Amino acid sequence: MSEKVVLQRDDLRRTLQRIAHEIAEKNPAPEGLAVVGIHTRGAVIAQRLHGLLGELAATELPIGDIDISFYRDDVGAKAPAAQPVVRASHIDFDLTGRTVVLVDDVLYTGRTVRAAIEALFDYGRPQRVQLAVLCDRGHRELPIRPDYVGKNLPTAREERVNVRLEELDGVDEVTISEPQTAEALA
Amino acid sequence: MKHLLGIEQLSREEIEAILDRAESFAEVGKRDIKKVPTLRGRTIVSLFYESSTRTSSSFELAAKRLSADLVSIKAAGSSVDKGESLKDTVATLSAYEPAAIVIRHPYAGAAQMVAEWSEAAVINAGDGKHEHPSQALLDLFALRRRLDSLEGKKIWIVGDVLHSRVARSNLIAFKAMGAEVTVCGPPTLIPRDIERLGCAVSHSLDELDEADVVYVLRLQRERMKESFIPSIREYVTHFQIDSRRLGPRQILMHPGPVNRGIELSGDAIDSPQSLITEQVASGLMVRMAILYELLAVGGERPAPPVGDESPPPTPIGQPA
Repeated sequence: MSEKVVLQRDDLRRTLQRIAHEIAEKNPAPEGLAVVGIHTRGAVIAQRLHGLLGELAATELPIGDIDISFYRDDVGAKAPAAQPVVRASHIDFDLTGRTVVLVDDVLYTGRTVRAAIEALFDYGRPQRVQLAVLCDRGHRELPIRPDYVGKNLPTAREERVNVRLEELDGVDEVTISEPQTAEALA
Repeated sequence: MKHLLGIEQLSREEIEAILDRAESFAEVGKRDIKKVPTLRGRTIVSLFYESSTRTSSSFELAAKRLSADLVSIKAAGSSVDKGESLKDTVATLSAYEPAAIVIRHPYAGAAQMVAEWSEAAVINAGDGKHEHPSQALLDLFALRRRLDSLEGKKIWIVGDVLHSRVARSNLIAFKAMGAEVTVCGPPTLIPRDIERLGCAVSHSLDELDEADVVYVLRLQRERMKESFIPSIREYVTHFQIDSRRLGPRQILMHPGPVNRGIELSGDAIDSPQSLITEQVASGLMVRMAILYELLAVGGERPAPPVGDESPPPTPIGQPA
């Protein structure tokens, strides 16, 4: 399977810095901000953005992470055997009245984001929810649009976007891999 | 996993998957809105042919917190009273197309039969003297939170082992998690050949000191049609666990309801070693996890449109 690197370590760092600046610009009052990452890699990216935003705003923002397993729209459709099961949400601050920046690694159909928004509302009523994604690969199935995009990646549905992060995978990079075709397997 | 009929059918990995999942439901229980939409639109029938407080209420609340629609039937006051057979009752209820049936019944094997008659996932909430798997799972969950691992731990199951489905399920569950189990009670209340399940047998509490966990069973007087013990007083003298017999580092468990002053003294129940309150609290989380594992993970519904993480052919954003 061939794999093409689209963001390297430094690109990824610069991209997140730019997103952090955009978030700070769009939200001049950092007191009302909070960052919430979607498990698993969105939560790691959220951690990094949280660090960068803290430097920019010189204040500690609330951070949380959210697991959307219980909110999926395809529950029971498949056995997610490969998924780790111990994932719980951690939001130990009050969302009500805040601007919540929801963070994910790849935006695709939009279904994960829909589920995450639904999950967020079980914790409180944020004043506003914004969406930051590292990559937008298109193919939306729901009317969802990101507020901050690291990189637009035009992809075919058969292709696969791999986000690898130092904390989990030992390396920072984003790659696109082509599908294994029947000929390649033969 | 399609049904939960007994601990016997579960592998250690399956047990751990349920316990891990229960941990994520613990977080849901701390929220203001203690409900998730996971099982929205699915029907769960709870069918209890024997009295129950904890098991039925926690299964029912678990179903509600997962947003399922719940029909709960108690044998008393239902058409079972009018002589309807279990098979006919199940056939009737199947008309509601339940996703799961939770059943408690006085006869061993009842849950297995229901699983054969119905399309639904069947959860055994106690069948005669056979098994009570959700109790064993919640006990493991409560214990794991206190002890981390059961590997090599010594667990004594004390009391009326003969009439106890909890004893059987827990014995299998404790062994599956690597613990060493001793069952203890008067010879009349210990089933013959129980050693075959891989446990030691003791007829006195003399060596109770070696236990890390003391799991006390209820004296099931309602199931005793003959005299198994000379008198309650004699049982108390020889087998009651009180604060004198219980060491400071031993953990005390009981599946409830407790006969206060018979198998357990009041001071032991209220002692800091007691895990009884945590056991009850674990019930809800573990039963949510069981319903989730059977209906959301192991479910066999026709595939609706897939979500973000499952576009054909492979998930995005997450390396294999």
